[in-house]
Amino acid sequence: MLASRHVDQTTQAPATHFPADQCCLNIEQFNLAYAGKLALQALTLQVPRHRVTAFIGPSGCGKSTLLRAINRLHDLNGSVTHSGSISLEGHNIHDPGINVTELRRRVGMVFQTPNPFPMSIYDNVAFGLRLQKRLAKRQRDDIIEWALTSAALWDEVKDDLHRSAWRLSGGQQQRLVIARTLAVQPDVLLLDEPASALDPISTLKIEELIRNLKSQLTLVLVTHNMQQAARVSDYTAFLQEGELVEYGPTDHVFTNPRLQRTENYITGRMA
Amino acid sequence: MDITSDSHSQHISRQFNQELEELKTHLMAMGGMVEKQVQDAIAALMESDSRLAEKVRDGDAQVNDLQLQIDDECTRIFARRQPAASDLRLVLAVIRATSDLERIGDEASKIARNALSLSESSNSVRGLVEVRHISEHVRKMLRDSLTAFARFDTELAMQVIREDEFVDGEYGSAMRSLVTFMMEDSRSITSVLSVMWILRALERVGDHANNLAEHVVYLVKGLDIRHTDPNTLDQQAVPKKS
Repeated sequence: MLASRHVDQTTQAPATHFPADQCCLNIEQFNLAYAGKLALQALTLQVPRHRVTAFIGPSGCGKSTLLRAINRLHDLNGSVTHSGSISLEGHNIHDPGINVTELRRRVGMVFQTPNPFPMSIYDNVAFGLRLQKRLAKRQRDDIIEWALTSAALWDEVKDDLHRSAWRLSGGQQQRLVIARTLAVQPDVLLLDEPASALDPISTLKIEELIRNLKSQLTLVLVTHNMQQAARVSDYTAFLQEGELVEYGPTDHVFTNPRLQRTENYITGRMA
Repeated sequence: MDITSDSHSQHISRQFNQELEELKTHLMAMGGMVEKQVQDAIAALMESDSRLAEKVRDGDAQVNDLQLQIDDECTRIFARRQPAASDLRLVLAVIRATSDLERIGDEASKIARNALSLSESSNSVRGLVEVRHISEHVRKMLRDSLTAFARFDTELAMQVIREDEFVDGEYGSAMRSLVTFMMEDSRSITSVLSVMWILRALERVGDHANNLAEHVVYLVKGLDIRHTDPNTLDQQAVPKKS
């Protein structure tokens, strides 16, 4: 144990290449441009399965763009062009044979502002399920209870599932949105600043939830809150101006980053 | 990634720069105070100056106060700034360093107490040559470790670490000659024992200076070399002076 700790520290190049059986997302030489202007440049990065990977970086560095690219949210924007590849469990998500709806079921996404649909708590969580397949009510109820429990919301809402989702607090709404995503049993959960609009207690609940969900799926988190990345993630990727600057185990990045640019950013120094 | 001594003055928050700068200044002040305590304790012994010995003994309280003050500053920085990377390592290194400096203060106080009891004995004291010899090395180690801290100089820190091995060797042979003195003349046992305690205290000061040097390597390189044989340290990580 001690020996490996020393090897790790002296080589200063901790592993961020994962064997195929541990790798969930494999991003290779990925470029993306908005109307010809490059937003992501030759990004190469592997996201390990059942781990939390955080993307950090200044505004406009491309971290949200990358997150959106992972479930092809840019498809409807005609000005976006891309090259290189993103593979989910070994399959290129841009292959012509890929069903985008199925891809988005497997790769769920949660945004900064909670966006529950204007319907009941129950119907919110059932929404994706109803689109996906016909289920007996009993079966659907079970999945809804499981999803709300996984999202740490069940105990707070179980007595009145038919209340409007809009009457929940911001933190509860965000957990409801996560439950809605979980109901269709995704492999990956993308979280774009999931707690930045929440108070500290709701934030901690979301962070605790992220930690607990790790055993079920792979999580990718975009955050401006450095302490949040340090608290919840296993791996941290630092992006700047569309490039991956440094990627490594969070413990390493936050105690002894390899590069000056990373050091400057996480410690709040001038570039 | 290595850092330099001015890298803690480049934060966007000027107040944070100032807090870290003050932390370093206060640590250096504590280091200076402790260095003086050791120097005075040895002078009190060599010149049989009981007044100076009492001054050293009483001065330890000030060292302790400074440790509490600096630890308090570190706690505040942890709570309010949540430092990361080299800032985190600086605050951790300072906390560890204050603990070593406080103990060096305790050792200086021990030397002063033994110097006082020796000054009361009428017999000539044996073993002072050894004390002088070792104290010169140890004081240099302490001075160099503090300079290394101030300049973020890992090369100088490694010199201190290597010097500690030499001091440990000298301490062993000095102890052997003191045992011979006691065997030769049983009337000298009380005074030789006091000299032995003094030598022991000096050897401990060397160990703490060695710790300070290790904190410098951690601070600058992010390498924790405590409990590592200095001869096995990676040449690239901690280069030896050619």
